[in-house]
Amino acid sequence: MSKAVLEHLQAKFGAKILETSSAFGDDCAVVEPSAWHEIALFLRDDPACDMSMFIDITAVDYPNRDRRFDVILFLYSLHKKHRIRLKTRLFHETDARKHGEATPTEVPTVCDVWLAANWFEREVWDMFGVRFTGHPDLRRLLLYEEFQGHPLRKDYPVQKTQPLVPYREGPDVMGKLPPFGDDEGLAFTRKDWLPKTSKWDADS
Amino acid sequence: MEPTDYDIDETDLELPAEPMRLNMGPSHPAMHGTIRMVLELDGESVEKVDVQLGYLHRGFEKMCERGTWAQVFPYTDRLNYVSPILNNVGYALAVEKLAGIVVPERCQYYRVILGELARISDHLTCNGAMAMELGAFTPFLWIMKGREHIWDLLEEETGARLTHSFFRIGGVAKPPRPELKARVREVVDAVLLILDESEKLLLKNRIFVDRLQGVGHITAAEAVQYGFTGTVLRATGVAYDVRKAHPYLVYDRMEFDVPVGTDGDNWDRFMCRLYEIRQSCRILAQACEQMPDDGPVNVERPEIVLPEKEAVYKTIEGTIQHFKLVMEGALIPAGEVYSYTEAGNGELGFFIVSDGSGTPYRVRVRPPCVFTLQGFPRMIRGHMVADIVPTFGSVNMIGGECDR
Repeated sequence: MSKAVLEHLQAKFGAKILETSSAFGDDCAVVEPSAWHEIALFLRDDPACDMSMFIDITAVDYPNRDRRFDVILFLYSLHKKHRIRLKTRLFHETDARKHGEATPTEVPTVCDVWLAANWFEREVWDMFGVRFTGHPDLRRLLLYEEFQGHPLRKDYPVQKTQPLVPYREGPDVMGKLPPFGDDEGLAFTRKDWLPKTSKWDADS
Repeated sequence: MEPTDYDIDETDLELPAEPMRLNMGPSHPAMHGTIRMVLELDGESVEKVDVQLGYLHRGFEKMCERGTWAQVFPYTDRLNYVSPILNNVGYALAVEKLAGIVVPERCQYYRVILGELARISDHLTCNGAMAMELGAFTPFLWIMKGREHIWDLLEEETGARLTHSFFRIGGVAKPPRPELKARVREVVDAVLLILDESEKLLLKNRIFVDRLQGVGHITAAEAVQYGFTGTVLRATGVAYDVRKAHPYLVYDRMEFDVPVGTDGDNWDRFMCRLYEIRQSCRILAQACEQMPDDGPVNVERPEIVLPEKEAVYKTIEGTIQHFKLVMEGALIPAGEVYSYTEAGNGELGFFIVSDGSGTPYRVRVRPPCVFTLQGFPRMIRGHMVADIVPTFGSVNMIGGECDR
């Protein structure tokens, strides 16, 4: 459908497009991680591509491969009605050093290209531990911050028990943390139901 | 009379103001499911919202990687649990795209019919809940009565009211019952009647209209930037409906319109859903007319489709086939596809990767309501705290789909 977009990309970026495919009618281009942001911006702004809509971003883990992670970006053009899949391959943190490669598991963010990428890059970070450099707010999305590991990696032990999270210590912003403890805050009831001199008080 | 404020310096009157933090949810009656919003308020108007999700996270994508391809169906039911059929169809179409299967025509019509019924129930639920959250309890019960008709029909057809798990790779679990068409017509008539009645209850209610009109506004350009799809996008005026733009199943043979709004506010979303219900009823009428009364519902692919129970019990081939399919699962050729359908909330996409075995290597679902939720802070900025409730109702966040 959008074979033209793939050819257009190849003509423009040449060696930065590693391979292209159109299996099952889905057009897909594998690109260098370093050219990720540049190509995304081009796809959005070029009138022939006009990828106005961010559809999804996700990752796939292939632990037996040298470049272990596929990060996949799905784009759609509302006006031209074509889709493209942009893919890049990343090393695992430890493998990157072994291969003398400077790019560990991280790729530039495309948040500034499509606003929608924000949460979904957070989710990829959450689930796969792929960092997005330049992301404004790279917190975990679905899991909590104390969660250990990245569960959609194939080597995440499924039976693993996560440690209990201790009570979160944080600065008391503007003295507005809710009161805790026996003698703080509002009383449970406005009325003392038991008279003060009941036998319960006398015992204690 | 002399003015009383002539000598008052305005700047002296400024009270020291600081933003107030308010925590809404995760357990809040208006937070469909569980979701937490940390609001920063200036007086009563919302300055900033931090939406935190994940309270209903079950690890859908991880769970899919442990069973067979067919065992994913029950999980998809629990994504958008108001219209499970649509999720079933979405996943089935994705796997079929990878395996190169086109289901027989009768099954395609069956999928369309049940899917549109599910879509109606989805929209009814959303609109009904929205009305209820604004205090209109009677229309809510009235609309739920309409949904009950649909669920009764779905129960008759699939055997379950909520979690159907009805469609299979390459077909459907059971062929349609002979009385299906008559029942669908009956239910459509009943739903349309209920819709008319509930419209009379709501649309001329001043309070209801005031709470919706001009609240939660978003422009078309912003909606596209945020990746909105479905009703929330159409309410802004962008007529993107997967059924029209990229027809799947037999939607290209159906005649229906795509209702669009103009303002992208709560009112437009509400009205778009109302009109879409009517369009779904049109599709249902046409599908009932065109659907063949007999013919196969499953593809002739014994390596993928379970054999008839009769054959399993009486022939050795059937037994072996059944055993292989249950123990190993259908072997789906290696590759990766992205398949997308129009679900209740928008474009529901499944990105699936197979390594050629009977277990999915990766199943990624594109949840449409996460996108709308991401744009929610933009919609609500500057509005009152009380406006969060109808706006949040109108984006139709479904916890199961949102948190997966």
